[in-house]
This record gives sequence, structure tokens and C-alpha cells, in this order.
Amino acid sequence: MAINMFKYAAPSTFYGLAGKLIPVFAWPAAILFCIGMYIGFFVAPTDAVQSEAYRIIFIHVPASILSMFLYLIMAGYAALGLIFNTRLSSMMATALAPTGALFAFISLWTGALWGKPMWGAWWVWDARLTSELILLFLYLGFIALQSSIEDPRRADRAGALLAIVGSVNVPIIYFSVKWWNTLHQGSTVKLSGTSMHIAMQQAMFTMFAALWLYAVAITLLRVRSIILERERNTQWVTELVEIKQ
Amino acid sequence: MNWLDFFAMKGYAWYVWGSYGIAILVFIIEIILVMHKRKVTLQQLHLIRDAKIED
Amino acid sequence: MNKLSLPGLLGLVIRRDLMLAMRRRADVLTTLIFFVIVVSLFPLAVGSEMDLLRKMAPGVVWVAALLASMLSLGRMFSADYLDGTLEQMLLVPQSLSILVLGKIMSHWMLSGLPLVLMSPVLGLQFDMSGQALLILVFSLLIGTPVLSMIGAFGAALTLGLRGGGVLVALLVLPLCIPVLIFGTGAVIAVTSGVSPASNLSLLGAFLLMSLLFTPWVSAQALRISME
Repeated sequence: MAINMFKYAAPSTFYGLAGKLIPVFAWPAAILFCIGMYIGFFVAPTDAVQSEAYRIIFIHVPASILSMFLYLIMAGYAALGLIFNTRLSSMMATALAPTGALFAFISLWTGALWGKPMWGAWWVWDARLTSELILLFLYLGFIALQSSIEDPRRADRAGALLAIVGSVNVPIIYFSVKWWNTLHQGSTVKLSGTSMHIAMQQAMFTMFAALWLYAVAITLLRVRSIILERERNTQWVTELVEIKQ
Repeated sequence: MNWLDFFAMKGYAWYVWGSYGIAILVFIIEIILVMHKRKVTLQQLHLIRDAKIED
Repeated sequence: MNKLSLPGLLGLVIRRDLMLAMRRRADVLTTLIFFVIVVSLFPLAVGSEMDLLRKMAPGVVWVAALLASMLSLGRMFSADYLDGTLEQMLLVPQSLSILVLGKIMSHWMLSGLPLVLMSPVLGLQFDMSGQALLILVFSLLIGTPVLSMIGAFGAALTLGLRGGGVLVALLVLPLCIPVLIFGTGAVIAVTSGVSPASNLSLLGAFLLMSLLFTPWVSAQALRISME
């Protein structure tokens, strides 16, 4: 097992593997998305307090959790690249960033659209939403930094340091914002209190799985382009079918 | 099941469909952008290959 | 030259930076003037109703301090980077972290400290009470060094890049948000009649944590940027 893992640590072998894996993740993602939407809209009942608007949570909550999860994975890959000097790890971090940022954006957008009918304002300074906004800034900073550095190795390592410092700061930021929120008596974006109906839980979990699988698929697709670009001068790239024809 | 009622979402139509609509739009745009990037990268590699052949 | 002790090295870096800054006094003053102007803009923008201004005061002063700190970050490493001194510093056998700490301390003395000293005057513009002013100064005193340290990390990471000041701000501002929250929180606490102790102690904790980690992390960032 260990030997197999290291085999795919090289861009040349990973490229092929990633290509084969994309449909393995993409199709289940699409199917689970449809199932999740079905459960969320046709099986889950109307909420007593929030009526039909609560159904937004089936996209909002998975997107939020994934945006945070992806940031940690990104930082993890970046750290691996920094410590072990493996190019592929850094490429994965770079590939994850746009997806994570987009999930953060979806979380904010759907959060606002949930907040408006429920709490009357497009933006409620809820602790979680505010932390999500800061997370989006952290993603954008990472992307901006890597885009402005020409040398790929410097970009990899500078980005890694930024991502690591960012990850360490995320709990601090969350705690600070939470404290600030209670001070200013902001609202908390939540469901009507008591335990969720089983169908709501099922919908939430299915959508989370769907989005996670989607994130893997799209990141693999993106990293393939990054690999091609970075490794364009190597033998194995020139030998590729896509290039030869 | 009354489809009109379903789409109306008890008056919250804009919010609910606005959320899911944007989410799906974001996914579609992301997929298009990534596929476009791959296309552009392959084109550039073809150019390099052609330049090498000419030497 | 004799091998310098670490405190000796620290003193050398700080003395050098201060000397260089004295020759370009305008740089230090512009930061201060920017601070004053930004703070003065707010009453002009929101009206002179004293109640509103009093409530806004800690936030306004703190945000202005944050922005002024961002503005002066370019100066931290770029001058030395451009004339080759930074490259020499990387070769110094003593710890690069100490050198960076020295640069951070001189940066704070030239941008943070003037802000701290100026703040009571500005606080008066907002009709802040004496107690609130005292806590404001104290919170800035503890908080601005942290801003300098976080800023150093950003400046080191973006050394020589085109993005310039805006890129550094984009990277650094999110990381400064906790300092902002507790800095203003301390003043708000005292104006609400509650003790500012918890806010100030958290700020103190941030200061200690940054002192421990930032010089080293910034040194790593410098190495990454310079090779």
C-alpha cells in the first residue's frame, strides 16, 4: 500500500490516475445531488416556523461546511508541499483554492437569501456568516498571492505559509467573531430549535456528500491542467496522447 | 401535486430558487472555466510541440 | 567585527532603522497625517451628532490605526531589499528571526507608537470620556505591535511583488480582525460600565503569541521570497 501511494506522488503518474478518477466522482456527485434535492423538496415537510424558506439550508449548510473543510485540506496539501518539497502537493493546494472560494461564496449568498425573509435584512452579522466572509477573504488572499508570484516554487511555498498561518488563525477569528456577535446582540441563523425531521437530516447529508464528490472531481480536473502547464518541458508530457495528436 | 404552488414555495420562491439557481450557476460556470483552461493549456502545448517540430 | 550577542544585534538593527528613518522624516509624518485625516473624515461623513460619534469613536480610531499601519508596511523590508542589504542579512550567522524582530520593533516605533500618542487628541474629537480615552490608548499600545507583527509577515511574503500595498492589505487585514475586535471591545466595555480586563488580557495574549511566532514565521517568509 505504501509503495502504491508514493508511486502516485509523481505528477506523471498522478495525471493519468486523476483522469480516470474524475468520472468515478462526478457521476455519483450528480446522482446524489438529484436525490438530495428530491428528498429536500418532496420528502422533507414544511417547517413550522420558517415555512418553505428553510429549504435553503440543504445547499447553504453543506457549502459552508465544505468551504471550511476544503480550506484545511488545501492548507494540509500546501504544508506537505512545503515540508517534503513535493510539487504535486502544492499543485493540489492551488487546485483546491478556487473551488473552496466558490463554496464560501455560495454559502454567503444562500445565507443572505435565507436571512432576508427570516430576519428582514440581507446581511445579518451572524457569527458564522461573518466568519464565512473572512474565510472567503483568506481564500482570495491565497489566490491573489499565488497569482502575483511568477516563480512557481516561490508561489507554492509563499502560498503554503499563508495557508498554514490562515488555518491557525481560523479558530481565533471564529472565536473573536462569536464573542463580538454576542456583544452586539446579533442574531443566530438557526432552524426552529428542536431536532430536525429525519428527512431533513437525510437531505442535508446527501447534499453534503454530493457537493464533496463534486469538489473532488472538479479539483482533479483542475489539477490536471496545472500539471500539464507546470510539467510542460518534461518527456512524459510530450509523450502524452493529447499532445502527440 | 400542484406545480404552481410548489414553485411558489409559499411566497419564498425568489429566495429558495435564487439560492439554488445561483449555486447551480456557480457550478456550471466553474465546470466551464476548468474545461476551458484545459483546452487553452492543450493548445499552448500543441504550439510548443509544433515549434519544436519546425526546428 | 566581533560576534554580536542577540540583544546586541537587535539594538543594532533598531538603531540603524531609526537612523535611516530620521533622514526621511516625511515617511513617518505621512503615516501620522493619514491617521489624523482618516479619523477626521468620519464626523464629516456621518454628521456631528455627539451620541453617534461617541459610539463610533473606538471603531473609527482602530480602523484608522489599522489602515495607517498597512500603509507603512511597504517600508519595512523594501528599502533593504532594493539596495541589497536584505540579502546580506540573510547570510548573518545569528538568527534571522532576531533581525526581523528588530525590524518589527523599529517599524512599530515609527508608525504604531506615534498613533498611540496621537489617539487621545483624536478621541477628544469624538467626545470620548477620560476613562474611555485611557483604555483606547492602552488597547492601541498593546494592539499596534501585533498589527506590526502580522504586517511584517505580509510584507515578507509579498516582497518585490507587483500587487504592492493592496496585496499586503488583502492578506493581512483578515488576520488583524481579532485584534480589531478586542481592541475596540475594550473601549466599548469601559463605556458600558463593564471591566475591559478580559478584552485587554486577550490582546495581551495576542501580543505574547505573536512575539513568540511572528518573527520566526516572517523570517521563513523572507527566505522563501528571497531565494
